[in-house]
Amino acid sequence: MFSTPPYLLKDASVSRVMTQVCLALLPGIAAYAWLVGPAILIQLAVASLAALLAEALMLQIRGKPLAPFLADGSAVVTAWLIALTFPPLAPWWLVATGVFFAIVVAKHLYGGLGQNPFNPAMVAFAVCIVSFPALMSQWPNQGLHLTLVQQADIIFGFAPRVDALTSATPLDALKTALKLGAESSVDVPSLLANQDIYGNFAGRGWEWVALGYFAGGLWLWLCGIITWQVPAAFLAALAAISGALWLYAPQSFANPLFHLFSGGAMLGAFFIATDPVSGSTTPRGKLIFGAGAGLLAYVIRVFGGYPDGVAFAVLIMNICVPVIDLFTQPRIFGMKGKS
Amino acid sequence: MLDLFKFKGGVKPPSNKTQSVGKPIALAPLPSRLIVPLHQSIGGTPRPLVQVGDRVLKGQMIGEADGWISAAVHAPTSGTVVAVEMHPQPHPSGLTALCVVIEPDGQETWIERQPLDYRSLAPEAVRERLQQAGVVGLGGAVFPTHGKLSASRTVPMEELVINGAECEPYITCDDLLMRERAEEVVRGIGLFRDLLQPKKVLIGIEDNKPEAVAALAAAVRAAGEDFAVVAVPTRYPAGGAKQLIRVLTGKEVPAAKRSTDLGVQCFNVATAYTAWRAIAHGEPLLSRLVTLTGNVHEPRNYEVLIGTPMDELLALAQPNPDTDGIIMGGPMMGFLVPDRRAPVVKATNCLIAHSPRLFPPAPPEMPCIRCGECARACPHELQPFEMYWFARAKNFGKTQEYNIFDCIECGCCSYVCPSRIPLVQYFRFAKSEIWARERDKNAADGAKERFEFKQLRDEREKAEKAEKLAKAAAAQAAKKAAEAAAAEAAAVSAEAAPLAADTAPAGAAPTGTTASPPAAPAPTDAEAAKRATIEAAMERARAQRAAAQPRNTEALSPARQAEISAIEARREAAAPPDENAP
Repeated sequence: MFSTPPYLLKDASVSRVMTQVCLALLPGIAAYAWLVGPAILIQLAVASLAALLAEALMLQIRGKPLAPFLADGSAVVTAWLIALTFPPLAPWWLVATGVFFAIVVAKHLYGGLGQNPFNPAMVAFAVCIVSFPALMSQWPNQGLHLTLVQQADIIFGFAPRVDALTSATPLDALKTALKLGAESSVDVPSLLANQDIYGNFAGRGWEWVALGYFAGGLWLWLCGIITWQVPAAFLAALAAISGALWLYAPQSFANPLFHLFSGGAMLGAFFIATDPVSGSTTPRGKLIFGAGAGLLAYVIRVFGGYPDGVAFAVLIMNICVPVIDLFTQPRIFGMKGKS
Repeated sequence: MLDLFKFKGGVKPPSNKTQSVGKPIALAPLPSRLIVPLHQSIGGTPRPLVQVGDRVLKGQMIGEADGWISAAVHAPTSGTVVAVEMHPQPHPSGLTALCVVIEPDGQETWIERQPLDYRSLAPEAVRERLQQAGVVGLGGAVFPTHGKLSASRTVPMEELVINGAECEPYITCDDLLMRERAEEVVRGIGLFRDLLQPKKVLIGIEDNKPEAVAALAAAVRAAGEDFAVVAVPTRYPAGGAKQLIRVLTGKEVPAAKRSTDLGVQCFNVATAYTAWRAIAHGEPLLSRLVTLTGNVHEPRNYEVLIGTPMDELLALAQPNPDTDGIIMGGPMMGFLVPDRRAPVVKATNCLIAHSPRLFPPAPPEMPCIRCGECARACPHELQPFEMYWFARAKNFGKTQEYNIFDCIECGCCSYVCPSRIPLVQYFRFAKSEIWARERDKNAADGAKERFEFKQLRDEREKAEKAEKLAKAAAAQAAKKAAEAAAAEAAAVSAEAAPLAADTAPAGAAPTGTTASPPAAPAPTDAEAAKRATIEAAMERARAQRAAAQPRNTEALSPARQAEISAIEARREAAAPPDENAP
């Protein structure tokens, strides 16, 4: 009998961790489904299926056992994050392409579970928004109520993609409006107050989705799956920079609350930037990582050419992880207060 | 009330202590045989004092301490020595070691015991007495206690920490000791206090043992002492010496330092009790408390003679039929005993009957996802996942940069790891590899040094030889010259000789071959040089062989080592040491 101490093990596993992450996404998904209809559920299913297929394929090629790695749930988490960041009415092949790229290239070509230097879901998002900018920018029109069949027809290409179905995201709309109205007297407060796309404190409806992610994220933190540093630093940095610019020129910049609850901020802070594999691992490193991602997300979403900046912000911070970790190693027991 | 400090990390595994505290301590019956290993403490291996056939009395010394850091070993009962042989040890590797096997006569006839009042003895004498009585740390480290009872000369002793935390799940022997024998524990602590003269004495007990806290507090009051009995939060590994020192004093002892460097010394409660028995009753360490628990019908604590075979002992607790092994120690840091006939030793605090039902095998290892759970659980605030990464890659230099030698192998990281990676095993592997490499390097360095010295000596001998030859030649030349002078009375030729005698040695010294003014010695000199070259080459080859192969003087059985040292001693006594020897 070969067995080594400790003989007692805590009841924990990778698949349990991943399952908890998926569970924590449910409030946000519920709000999302309420907002845009069952399309998101179709996308989640398509993405999960594609992820498991890609995972099985790569495991087979790499000569790894299928069962434990398919059951670990990491591919499903990646798939869900992709489905939740892509437009809900995007064609199925776009989502599937993103998932395949994430699993095959961003994950397995780097060595599989635990080895990827970049967040696979964000790699997929970046690749697709660069390759298919138009499709990745078509978000369903507010007030549009489609049945499950109608949505499925659009996703699977049985119905034509009509431009009238889609519109910009609240973040994009604000940016465009500000650009167009640069000469006239357009200002942010009146835009937010008068346009139908905006709700109580962010995009109409989307604010509730963000709240759902926020609630799920807090639960993950209470469960001990994530630590507080990354989300807190991410949201604090985002609030700080948006707050500073808002105070400086409230006519031209939206308030911090709008930014915290728009786009991928909440999803990014609690579910994407907290990815342990591609993120920083030291307590101080996590603060730097989170704050850097929050700042970059704001800069890209407000001054950059993309509707949102979370994906690129996280990827840029992924690059910095080795150096952040190197310089933020915590002092060990008995060595505090010494250089 | 004392302000407590916190240590970071730690885990809270199910404690499983209630099973074995229900009944009082029982005396384990005499086993059929007692197998007493000679090496039961950190430090030198005691030399056997008995031979097969000898009658021994209970408490008679059978192994004499070898050096200062070593502790004596005694016959746990009276009887006959039936063997002095190699026997499987309670060690994860299953190695064997020299043991004295005693067949009890059932009489329990004691040697003459000498109870002493330690206050009448010099501290030196008390320490020696403890060494003679074989008292070692019973918390598990088995460091000879007398070696820890000298205060540092430079740092004043501030706190004496007494460890009654007993943080490992399942183990309850210290708990029962404190409940039932609190008075003698307190007296033992008093003995330590008087030897070390600390400013305060702090007794730390995990707060899941309220009975022990109460018993010890009552005993402290009854003895009129001012020891602080402190209930510390229950969190594994609060009973680690460094963790308990941190909790009670706020001081963090780094790996590179001893606690005495920070003015703290730490002893286990059972050590204090045993030291007191040794001094005040003249009883050497012959038995200890052992918890029998796990997959058994009757879990309980027993007072067990050192040397009792584990299988015989565990039978007292009636193990369930599906028991498939014995864990010595707790489930976190203990190990499965490879051979159940191994004896109880001074380090044996607990035997847990192992069964797959009680301790299901770990599921297959998954890749590390860098979740950092291990780092948050590490009481030494290390980054286990980084060390794992480098240990796996055999990049041992990097593991040391991440302070692998600060790891106390408590197992918290393995306990929490969701990928079920046996992290502690990786760290043990890395540590032993680093030690092995260091040993190899030292061996190679030693061989190199010896070879260089040999070369130096050869050169010197060669030079001396050449000098001698040159001197002889010069003397001969001088003699000839003198003869010539005497015969022919020619003053001119006589002046050349002393000149030759003066210059020859100076020229001969460095190389030996260039200085040969007379023609005659030249051939012998060249021959000597050739021989020396051959010798040097052979020596080089031998040194290389020695560096490449393990030498047969390493990893010998104690018996063989004893034999060798006896031969060495005889040789030394017979012949005066060689002057040329290094």
